[in-house]
Amino acid sequence: MPLLKLIGDRLLPAIEEAKNEVSLEDWRANRIAHPDATALVIPNDADIDDLRCDVSGFSAIILEFPAFKDGRAYSQARLLRERIGYTGEIRARGDVLRDQLLYMVRCGVNGFEIAGAASDGAETALQEFSFAYQASSDGATPVWKRRRNRAAAA
Amino acid sequence: MYRYDEFDATMVAERVEQFRGQVARRLSGDLTEDQFKPLRLMNGLYLQLHAYMLRVAIPYGTLSSKQMRALAEASRKYDKGYAHFTTRQNLQYNWPALVDVPDLLDDLAKVEMHAIQTSGNCIRNVTSDQYAGAAQGEVEDPRIWCEVIRQWSTFHPEFSYLPRKFKIAVTACDHDRAAVKVHDIGLRLYKNDAGETGFEVMVGGGLGRTPYIGQTIRKFLPKDHLLSYLEAILRVYNLQGRRDNMYKARIKILLNAKGADDFASLVEKEWAAMDAKDVDLPADEIARIRDYFAAPEFEPLPETSAGLDSNSTKNKAFGRWVRTNTHGHRAPGYAIVNISLKPIGGIPGDASDAQMDAVADIAEQHSFDEIRVTHEQNLVLPHVKKDDLYAVYLALEAAELATANIGLVSDIIACPGLDYCSLANTRSIPIAQRISERFADLGVQEDIGELKIKISGCINACGHHHVGHIGILGVDKKGEEFYQITLGGSGAEDASIGEIAGRGLSSGEVVDAVEKLVGYYRENRQDTERFLDTYRRLGAEKFKEALYAAA
Ligand code: SF4
Repeated sequence: MPLLKLIGDRLLPAIEEAKNEVSLEDWRANRIAHPDATALVIPNDADIDDLRCDVSGFSAIILEFPAFKDGRAYSQARLLRERIGYTGEIRARGDVLRDQLLYMVRCGVNGFEIAGAASDGAETALQEFSFAYQASSDGATPVWKRRRNRAAAA
Repeated sequence: MYRYDEFDATMVAERVEQFRGQVARRLSGDLTEDQFKPLRLMNGLYLQLHAYMLRVAIPYGTLSSKQMRALAEASRKYDKGYAHFTTRQNLQYNWPALVDVPDLLDDLAKVEMHAIQTSGNCIRNVTSDQYAGAAQGEVEDPRIWCEVIRQWSTFHPEFSYLPRKFKIAVTACDHDRAAVKVHDIGLRLYKNDAGETGFEVMVGGGLGRTPYIGQTIRKFLPKDHLLSYLEAILRVYNLQGRRDNMYKARIKILLNAKGADDFASLVEKEWAAMDAKDVDLPADEIARIRDYFAAPEFEPLPETSAGLDSNSTKNKAFGRWVRTNTHGHRAPGYAIVNISLKPIGGIPGDASDAQMDAVADIAEQHSFDEIRVTHEQNLVLPHVKKDDLYAVYLALEAAELATANIGLVSDIIACPGLDYCSLANTRSIPIAQRISERFADLGVQEDIGELKIKISGCINACGHHHVGHIGILGVDKKGEEFYQITLGGSGAEDASIGEIAGRGLSSGEVVDAVEKLVGYYRENRQDTERFLDTYRRLGAEKFKEALYAAA
């Protein structure tokens, strides 16, 4: 599956060595058995507030979007960034479509396993809106803050 | 009224461009209908029985005259010269061509309107009290908070793929005209004993196949923390709401599975853990939004109007219309005018382009340029001088908009039903038309008094039959249209879910059944009792007997 990565505010095709993946369940059960694991796969019904393990050592956490309609991982991504403070790659896997990339990025996802055809125009998908109304994990300045900054500058 | 600044305008314009691109990809075949569906659904575009239907958002039901004219113009240009006002204070075009939709949206964007989040599993257009800013006894204008919610929920990256659609309603009066208890979240703004204003937060109300009345999960939320608290509720729901069965995916199912107390503690826990400082708006931004909703400059007027009194005596029809269609206003000498979109025998909620233009003109002249849409599919002119009521009445009459039946037996909510909807078991609109014709005499209607009839063409309950004083539900019985009657529902502050009265009725029997129920009520009511009061006093059995008694 082709991989895109967010570099700065651009989405670029990435080629990289395969990660050594481990599921959250296996990792919790016996981490000694997975000395080479570099990526943690978290199912989308896992409670991020109750991971019961340190995830900071993984270079990537893989979140699952089994169908485009299933939006649990958007919340999981935000919690990983904002509550756990995870700074590595958060990668979206599954039914990842061009028109969802912006929201995923806004929730802190920065790696995307995306089928060739679905990635057409992926670059422009991130440029379609100049502003965001609400603060999220991407650090975008919400509109209310822009208004305030503008008023202060005037 | 709220006015867009450059940020709001840019967001809407960019959304139209984005959608234009999506439509182009569909028309060129780059997207299949299956791939296009979730995209169009994010923008209010449904595929119905015969054509596409576009749902336009009317945030918290407030419109300016200019916006109403633009809606009328769009109905001429892209549709068949009429539009339909919905139970969510929105407007629907039933016949636009796909290729025209981006241009239609462009035209609406010019008057600060859009179709954003009018469908899809996201936070939908927030609804409110149609008398906001005009009603007596209001704590403050609830639309301030609706606008706060509108901005926060627009393109919310975390909450655009929820288990199911999500509806929020806000009221700021004791008398609930926004049906907040049958919404996913209902917010009631009030002053507590310490004199602070805040929200009672109710969660898990909703109709559909499993109707529930919302439960209070927080008695008092200081109003400045509204957004972070909403974010906590939505996050709990997004993570824990069921996704395995779309009929069990609404937040009401989650809340009732967990119990209101446990659900509330999950929300409180999430709320305590989150960093609220970038979610809740600072006081200066709330003040900026509040300024837009400052009351218009009402003239100092005496409470009574000599002209109104003498015209009501001279013109009996006008007198009746004043009694049934106008409502007390907070400013002396002013009234709230309801415009019925339920002419006798007409289609509930439909308005022609000419009627929309007429309402725009009247509002411009007599109501500070403001129009409201109600969840009962009518319109409101919120600020009319009593001295002007007669002129307003005559103008409405000329546009065939002066039916004096607000809240009465022919002021019926009906879903589109089999005439438009692909999910329908039965037709709804013709039943509404026949009931309305049976009770055509406005004098009799006034004597019957408040009576809310609500009709849904299937179990999805878009016509809110569960909360009708008399509810009518279309069911399919071996390919034939049948109707089940429910009794005793209410969507107001005394909210309750109606009880099924008994066996289903054929389409030929329904109107007679309503007449029997009304007849029984009129014989047995005491003093000023409404139908619902008599029903509650005497109990279901008596009414069922009356309904099914051999003729
Ligand atoms: S209640 Fe049923 S028939 Fe009526 S509009 Fe909703 S889905 Fe369609």
